[in-house]
Amino acid sequence: MPYWLQLVVQISFSYLSTVAFAIIINVPRKALNLAGWAGAIGWLVYWVLLYDLQVGRMLANLLGAFAIGLCGMIFSRIKKMPVIIFNIPGLVPLVPGATAYQAVRALVLGQVMTASKLTVRVAMVAGAIAVGFMLAQLLAEQTYRRT
Amino acid sequence: MQNDELLTTCLLAGRIMIEGGSEMYRVDDTMRRIAKNGGVAQALVFTTPTGLFIGLEDKPMVKLSPVDRRSIDMEKVAQVNQLSREFAAQAIDLPTLHHALRRLDQHTPFFPFWLQVLAAAVCSTTLMVIFAQAYDWIDMPLAALVGALGYAVYGKISSLTQVRFISELLGAFVVGVTAWVGVRLGLGHNLDNVIIGAVMPLVPGVAITNSIRDMLAGHLLSGIARGMEALLSAAAIGVGIAVIFRFF
Repeated sequence: MPYWLQLVVQISFSYLSTVAFAIIINVPRKALNLAGWAGAIGWLVYWVLLYDLQVGRMLANLLGAFAIGLCGMIFSRIKKMPVIIFNIPGLVPLVPGATAYQAVRALVLGQVMTASKLTVRVAMVAGAIAVGFMLAQLLAEQTYRRT
Repeated sequence: MQNDELLTTCLLAGRIMIEGGSEMYRVDDTMRRIAKNGGVAQALVFTTPTGLFIGLEDKPMVKLSPVDRRSIDMEKVAQVNQLSREFAAQAIDLPTLHHALRRLDQHTPFFPFWLQVLAAAVCSTTLMVIFAQAYDWIDMPLAALVGALGYAVYGKISSLTQVRFISELLGAFVVGVTAWVGVRLGLGHNLDNVIIGAVMPLVPGVAITNSIRDMLAGHLLSGIARGMEALLSAAAIGVGIAVIFRFF
């Protein structure tokens, strides 16, 4: 598959999945489109970093969350809505939900080593995402204070 | 008494925001703002995901409100935020704010159920493709169907019963069974990918991340309470699906 087509698939699918999840958690209608873009941009940053530049999972998650955090700040200024309206759906492609499920499944099947490895990964990914958001918040605070 | 209604309104706003899954600092901030705009300069606010307190400094007056259910509902957060802004701009007065919050509490506008199920289908199938990184087109219809069924069962059961975590367990069980049957019938070929996609509308990934954010922001109690809840629902989902791997 050519690279541009992969890029199109990644962007459109992450946009769609974010909008769909936003409907599930009842995001107000007028914020759906921008929430979708927050998700697509965050996933694109993660995907390029992880699969093309190979910077490692944690840094890719951190910078992906950082991008989503920045999008959330900008969009919340435009729409005059709380930041989490855009952040929470935008996170869905990055969030370690699938890993958490795999960890519990391994535990139930008695594969304790795999389970503990996956659990540590869940905690670290969640931590990386949280730090990414904190950095975005810090940057936004500094910028707004100056203007 | 004016202060009495003011504190009740603050508590109601805070409770609705926690039920909607807001960050804790925003709940604190909104409650303090409403109190300040209502004429109480120093309100003492203490919030946890299971209950909240508000009091007046140096006055023998504290009110509390338990929080029984927590979910993620952005409409609630957005609307409380909007109402609080209007109150700050003095576009509405305190009784109007109180009335509007009470109405929001009882009738939150929701997307229709069929649209949510459709959204679950889209969410499952698109996330399956981008997670697997294998451009697994063949499994897409099955993942959509299984994801929609799982979410529909989850939604129906959570409206039927008060028992916690049973809706996650049964939703995940349905995902497991239908995915296994679908693969057996030849509708899909990679059972693991189908299941990972289809559980995505159910798994508490956002809740796990939010709990860590709460903890890093200094809300230790909130982070632990929400993290525990996320852990239990992840366990319910894992068990619901693992039953399939055990028996088949």
